[in-house]
Amino acid sequence: MIKKTLMALSLATAMVLGSFGGGVAFADEEAVNHGKSVAFNRQKGNCLSCHMMDDGDQPGSQGPPLIAMKLRFPDREDLRARIYNPLEFNPNTIMPPFGLHNILSDEEIDAIVEYLYTL
Amino acid sequence: MLRKYAILLGAVMALAWSSTYANPEDDRMAFEKYFTTKFPEVPLNDFQNGIYSVDPVARADWEQIEEFPPYELAIDAGEAEYNKPFANGKSYSDCFGDGAVRGQYPYWDSERKEVITMELAINECRTSNGEEPLRWNKGKIAELSAYMSYISRGQTVDVKIPEDDPEALAAYERGKQFYYTKRGQLNFSCFDCHGTGAGKGVRLEKLSPALGHTTHWPVYRSKWGAVGTLHRRFGGCNRQVRAKNFKSQGQEYRELEYFLTYMSNGHELNGPGARR
Repeated sequence: MIKKTLMALSLATAMVLGSFGGGVAFADEEAVNHGKSVAFNRQKGNCLSCHMMDDGDQPGSQGPPLIAMKLRFPDREDLRARIYNPLEFNPNTIMPPFGLHNILSDEEIDAIVEYLYTL
Repeated sequence: MLRKYAILLGAVMALAWSSTYANPEDDRMAFEKYFTTKFPEVPLNDFQNGIYSVDPVARADWEQIEEFPPYELAIDAGEAEYNKPFANGKSYSDCFGDGAVRGQYPYWDSERKEVITMELAINECRTSNGEEPLRWNKGKIAELSAYMSYISRGQTVDVKIPEDDPEALAAYERGKQFYYTKRGQLNFSCFDCHGTGAGKGVRLEKLSPALGHTTHWPVYRSKWGAVGTLHRRFGGCNRQVRAKNFKSQGQEYRELEYFLTYMSNGHELNGPGARR
């Protein structure tokens, strides 16, 4: 019984990994690194002030943890739009409209999306 | 038949009226309920302790700090200043009696048609006696405010919105509007952080709930290394969301204080406070 459960579990894990692990290999590593630095920079994305993510120190807890992002947001444009102007999806959100208010440039948001797809 | 319609119409109009013009007391009860529902484990009379009502770790530090309060020197300085005569021989006591008046502010002055805060009254006491006004945010005014708040401890917040003056209600409504309006490049309203975000972390710092927010001012903030006024904090909050701050003791912040203090009606005054 335990053996069966373990097998099922590892199969499920492999399936999940397979479904969104692929992005990493094809992602432009430079863009990913750039995206991470913009995301962690307090003057830029400062994502850690509200979100637990990756190996970031002292994350806040205002928003949900940023994990399995490709699985949760398979449409890249959708994820991008949620950073550009989250109010479009939830008028009461407290997340800042990073693109609409020019907190981040288009290029910086693209890099962050690239990085988020590795999480 | 006609009568039936008339009754129905009346009922609809009454409904429309009540939903458009919520009264301040309805607002206050909804505000209180929001926080008591969000933090069911916090006794109502503990919200006056701000962030420490919802953050047990920070509370332990704070309770230690309160054994030798960092605002004590400010209270002493404020008391000395309070008792120092003006050049014309009069003093603050000619304006404020024994000075334990924090519970009377802010109030709506129906003749002047504006909100009067305690700090505004302090400076008006000075200028009417031929003294220069003090700067609004820190220094002497915060010390005087600390002393007057200290001797007002135990009073109950009881802001009144005179029903016979619609302009008082309008001032309250403008303060409320300010409170819930998203502003600045980061697009935060006061309530976004201190309602929706209350008790949750920004990095490791938790955000304080808004209920009871005004009871403990002025505050000695470790970050400031001194006591500062409520309007100084308003300005800091506005700049933190990358908005331009308004003028301390200008109409906007006085009306904001009017609304926000009303939300804490019934809570005990316990200023000055100590915060990180």
